[in-house]
Amino acid sequence: MTAPAIHLSGALQGAAAPLIDRFDITFRAGQWNVLLGPSGVGKTSLLRLLAGLPSAARLNGRIAADDDRPLAPRVALMAQDDQLLPWASAMENVTIPARLRGARAVPDRATALLVDVGLAAEGGRKPAELSAGQRQRVALARTLYEDRPVVLLDEPFSALDVVTRLKMQDLAARLLCGRTVVLITHDPAEALRLADHAWVVSRQGITPCSLPEARPPREIDAPETLAAQADLLRRMGLAAPAQVA
Amino acid sequence: MAHVGHRLWRGAVCFALALAIWQLVVTLSGVPRFILPGPWLVVQALGVNAALLWQNALWSAGNLALGLGVGIFLGIETAMLLTLSRRARWLLRPMLVVAQAVPVFALAPVITLWLGYGMPSKIVTIALVTYFPIASALFDRLMALPAGLSDLSRLSGANRWRETLLLRLPHAVPGLISGLRLAVVYGPLAVLIGEWVGSSRGLGHLMLMANGRGQTALMFAALIVLAALSLLLWTAVEVLARWAARRYYL
Repeated sequence: MTAPAIHLSGALQGAAAPLIDRFDITFRAGQWNVLLGPSGVGKTSLLRLLAGLPSAARLNGRIAADDDRPLAPRVALMAQDDQLLPWASAMENVTIPARLRGARAVPDRATALLVDVGLAAEGGRKPAELSAGQRQRVALARTLYEDRPVVLLDEPFSALDVVTRLKMQDLAARLLCGRTVVLITHDPAEALRLADHAWVVSRQGITPCSLPEARPPREIDAPETLAAQADLLRRMGLAAPAQVA
Repeated sequence: MAHVGHRLWRGAVCFALALAIWQLVVTLSGVPRFILPGPWLVVQALGVNAALLWQNALWSAGNLALGLGVGIFLGIETAMLLTLSRRARWLLRPMLVVAQAVPVFALAPVITLWLGYGMPSKIVTIALVTYFPIASALFDRLMALPAGLSDLSRLSGANRWRETLLLRLPHAVPGLISGLRLAVVYGPLAVLIGEWVGSSRGLGHLMLMANGRGQTALMFAALIVLAALSLLLWTAVEVLARWAARRYYL
């Protein structure tokens, strides 16, 4: 498994109006690439296009891996709502992509992944019997089970409470190490915590952010992180604090 | 199981109240017994004609079971075929919609004309009446795969067959259950209408005979047996629905 870099260039056209003006960015191979922007700006559309999924938006431009091989078969996607099968156990949920492909499920591998995400004892439970955080862990194990070099994350932690979210971020950072990860989020704190590279997405385009020196996952309360967060919030359109009050 | 005890008690109270009102109406109005027999007369008719009612009930229940079986089987097959084949969808989906608007019960005389007074015409009538709700309720749900699962299927590289088997069918279980709920309501009605149109046996036949001879109490007795049969089917579907809810959604 060699994780490719991904070039993305062009403009994003929505069903009714243009969404994002011209951009030309490269998601780095084997690193965490984060797209930060407000809801409705077209981040999810962009991610769906990367995954080769149907989308209301159209890309006038190009998506390509640096090894020139097709991207879609090498992509795994994890979204905000966990998309687990309500009728299947955690274990069955982890192996469902393989069974859908017509491959034999490997229970040992699924068990090992459930152990990795801290659900060793919950393999037989159904999603309704798990907490929101546990369900996202199952979804993460399922994403890993496929062992795809490119992992797309569509705000996977935003529905979780703060403490669970921070734990999930650490877990994901550890387990997805070495893959080309593209994370989209509207939360600057999340971007700063996880990103090797980050961009702010807006109607006008996609522009890179400068990140603190420390390696991710970064401390949320480090002064550099907090300063960078204030800077990002301003870039996303929040007025300076004095004027807000 | 205090809960079940409570429900039984409540059911018994409602039932007793209904019987009391029935008896009161009969006594106060003084209607002749061939117009409206009191509950006690009907109970007597049940006892006296037990063997007759049992034989005819068995016949009707047999027809009902076969007709329901055929209707359910064909309904599931049709829904699956429409889900798996785009061409079948293109061709048959409009028919499924139009068939909903046709009162299938109205076809009973024609079916009897073609297939005679015996069992085949009853089975076809019941099957037709139960087929459409099953096919359409199941098919609607088979086609309504949530977007997230649809993405999962596409990203996993599933073909239509595996997607249907592993994702669409389990997702569609509630659709099948609502189809079955309708089928067990329509089924007994179809038996009755089929037998009214033309037959020589069955509860519907017995009701017509009793009516012709002024044996109104027997008519009511047959009606009660048919109601019991419906209730039995309804209970079976409820049990199935609860099992499915536990098995598939918790």
